[in-house]
Amino acid sequence: MDAAVVGGGAAGMAAALEIRKRGARACIIERDDELGGILLQCIHNGFGLHEYKEDLTGPEYAERAVRGVGEAGIAVFTRTTVGEITANGAARELTCYSADHGVMRIFARAAVLAMGCRERNRGNLRIPGSRPAGVYTAGLVQRLVNMEGYIPGRDVVIIGSGDIGLIMARRLQWLGCRVHAVVEIMPYPSGLTRNIVQCLNDFSIPLYLSHVVSRIHGVDRVEGLDVTPIRNGAPDPAGQFHIACDTILLSVGLIPENELSKTAGVLITPETNGPVVDATMMTSVDGIFATGNVLHVHDLVDNVSDESRLTGGFVADYLSGTRPARQVRVKPGSNVRYVNPSRVDPGRGNRLYLRPLIVKNKAELAVRAENRQLRRVVLNHVQPSEMISLTLRERDMTDLSPDAVLEVSLS
Amino acid sequence: MKKELTCISCPIGCAMTAEYQTDGSVAVTGNQCSRGAQYARDELVDPRRVVTATCRTESLSHPRLPVRSKGPCPRDQIPSLLEEIYKMSVKLPVRLGDVLGVLGGVEIVASRSMPPR
Repeated sequence: MDAAVVGGGAAGMAAALEIRKRGARACIIERDDELGGILLQCIHNGFGLHEYKEDLTGPEYAERAVRGVGEAGIAVFTRTTVGEITANGAARELTCYSADHGVMRIFARAAVLAMGCRERNRGNLRIPGSRPAGVYTAGLVQRLVNMEGYIPGRDVVIIGSGDIGLIMARRLQWLGCRVHAVVEIMPYPSGLTRNIVQCLNDFSIPLYLSHVVSRIHGVDRVEGLDVTPIRNGAPDPAGQFHIACDTILLSVGLIPENELSKTAGVLITPETNGPVVDATMMTSVDGIFATGNVLHVHDLVDNVSDESRLTGGFVADYLSGTRPARQVRVKPGSNVRYVNPSRVDPGRGNRLYLRPLIVKNKAELAVRAENRQLRRVVLNHVQPSEMISLTLRERDMTDLSPDAVLEVSLS
Repeated sequence: MKKELTCISCPIGCAMTAEYQTDGSVAVTGNQCSRGAQYARDELVDPRRVVTATCRTESLSHPRLPVRSKGPCPRDQIPSLLEEIYKMSVKLPVRLGDVLGVLGGVEIVASRSMPPR
């Protein structure tokens, strides 16, 4: 095999399709029964507005990609889990466990990590209280409800205002459950405005900003929780109140899933919890690339497909022996949490993805190096829940010294 | 009649007010662009939403089929549309876009293809 892609979601399929289109042989390894990934459980609409100029549901978006993979003749191994990636001479060796074929070894000149992300859970939050049944992550409930046909409870409170939690608030209301509140520790919601309006306001579900869940009650099953407002930076017990409920959903962020990456010795950065990648989306290990939510968590699947197509092109370049003549470093400056990738190739245009730390209208995005400004863009509106993509053109990077460091900042 | 709303046309999220005037027209304030004005007008006059849900299938491997309203459905019709969806049981195989039912002029279509079994 020329390239083995680990993960058959939006990222893996887009990368494999591009590799195939460029004439190399690619395979996709997927642990579930079918291709599609998390899109299959995201039955709501709002996908594909950029990619297809249409308002699609998750399964509809996935099916277009799956059809493309089938028509391109890409080998797909479903019900197959990759346990380990190691180096074997010039090849990458993937040890796989298949429900149909037993232990399989796949040898490929390049490997693409496209495993997506996982949800932060109660253990990441340290909420005091007992440990009753009825505490779920929002994405787990999404799968239970939308694919397996189980309803987790009747009276629900959602902790965190991430998009999956908001979407599930509407879904549960539409199923006849009652969502009593969404509790968010930050002073602003972490989900998209569209979801606040259509999933909470439409159902008059209260959103408590700057509030924290201070205790979970219940012995065998959740019976309720205490909510405490945050005033002047600290919880204020005087304002504490109780909400009775039998089910709690956590929608408190996602973490790139990199257990497999670590077996290959890939360097992970705490900035994103994903691998460090160069201008070609290659990780610290030669021939291993990373793309999609395994690299950094995206808010739109359209961006995942777009990024992964670029990655697929870079993999094809690598397979044909083309590497950038030189690369220069990029780092986040003020008000920027991270920039991906962390290197650019000054010999061509480069797409950068960054995550802002501030909420602001008419924000100025600047790229500077060696005491000069290379590029400046004014953005209508920035907020942490919306990723920013910026194209750095070849002419922006002329006359850079080899050890230049580009700094991307917002003001 | 007057409605306070948050614009969803872009991430800025303008706080807007839409109000019927005495001549029957709609006045919108608080918007920063024409898309916002249009959204506010629609929300006052004829609010609609795309409805997505799942219905029963006869398959063990895929017990639920995701479905959607083909276009946006009037908000006050949503409960009856959902009731209709939850009553359905779909025979597989089904193709993406297959019309599974119609209620009040709104088509309910399959959101994905599903193999037989």
